[in-house]
Amino acid sequence: MSEIVLVIGKIFLIVGLAFDLLGCIGLVRLPDVYNRLQASTKCVTLGTCFILFGTFLLSDFLWKSILAIVFIVMSSPTGAHAIAHAAHRSGIKLWEKSVVDKLKEDKK
Amino acid sequence: MKKLVLGIISFLCWMVLTWTLYLPSLLVGLVVSVFIALWFGDVFVERAKNFFQIKRLAYLLYYIPLFTYYCLLANFDVAYRVLHPALPIEPGIVKVKTTLTNTTAKVALANSITLTPGTLSVKMTDDGYLYVHWIKVRTTDVEEATEMIIRKFEKVLKEIFE
Repeated sequence: MSEIVLVIGKIFLIVGLAFDLLGCIGLVRLPDVYNRLQASTKCVTLGTCFILFGTFLLSDFLWKSILAIVFIVMSSPTGAHAIAHAAHRSGIKLWEKSVVDKLKEDKK
Repeated sequence: MKKLVLGIISFLCWMVLTWTLYLPSLLVGLVVSVFIALWFGDVFVERAKNFFQIKRLAYLLYYIPLFTYYCLLANFDVAYRVLHPALPIEPGIVKVKTTLTNTTAKVALANSITLTPGTLSVKMTDDGYLYVHWIKVRTTDVEEATEMIIRKFEKVLKEIFE
């Protein structure tokens, strides 16, 4: 039983690391701050949750990592929202190939 | 009431974090949670008695797998866009309208939008409009965008929080 749990925990660690890596690739490749926030928030949140769940399984059911998952899921999107709003308020432009900017239109 | 609920929640968090029944540790946790409850009880959720309604908890249990599914979908979506050589994105900020009125529900909705495929909430106005950054804009119409982005969460969140 514990062998299976260990293997599943390691799989969770590897998948989480892969998602974190994808988030970082997105951070480098995507063009402007909003797209980068999208990639990094989504992938890093889920990747970190997977790593924490792997830790939960590997270290004999450490419940505080579940608590950490709850807090990350609540706080990370809020932080991204704050950064995006601050970026738009301070006048950072969208990528030049962007289709529409309703927020700027409504501000005028 | 609010303060009591907040105190219980913070004390439970403390117990999970320390994971011991050693008495001095529990006493420290109790004192700290009482202080937290007295200080921050007023800025906590508006109607704390809703925590104990079975129907809301059941909808919350239904919401968690739904949210996890869309979260996983979002990650594969980002993976596809990031690893594709041509970078298939068409970003833009669109406007959607939500009918939720409760503050907690709005926060939960904005957070859900940020973690689901291709969308990131940028600004929320007091009269219920939400500006959403969409990595692949499919429509600029308010009604259609509302249908596509938030309808699936709004129904469940309304049952949980309103």
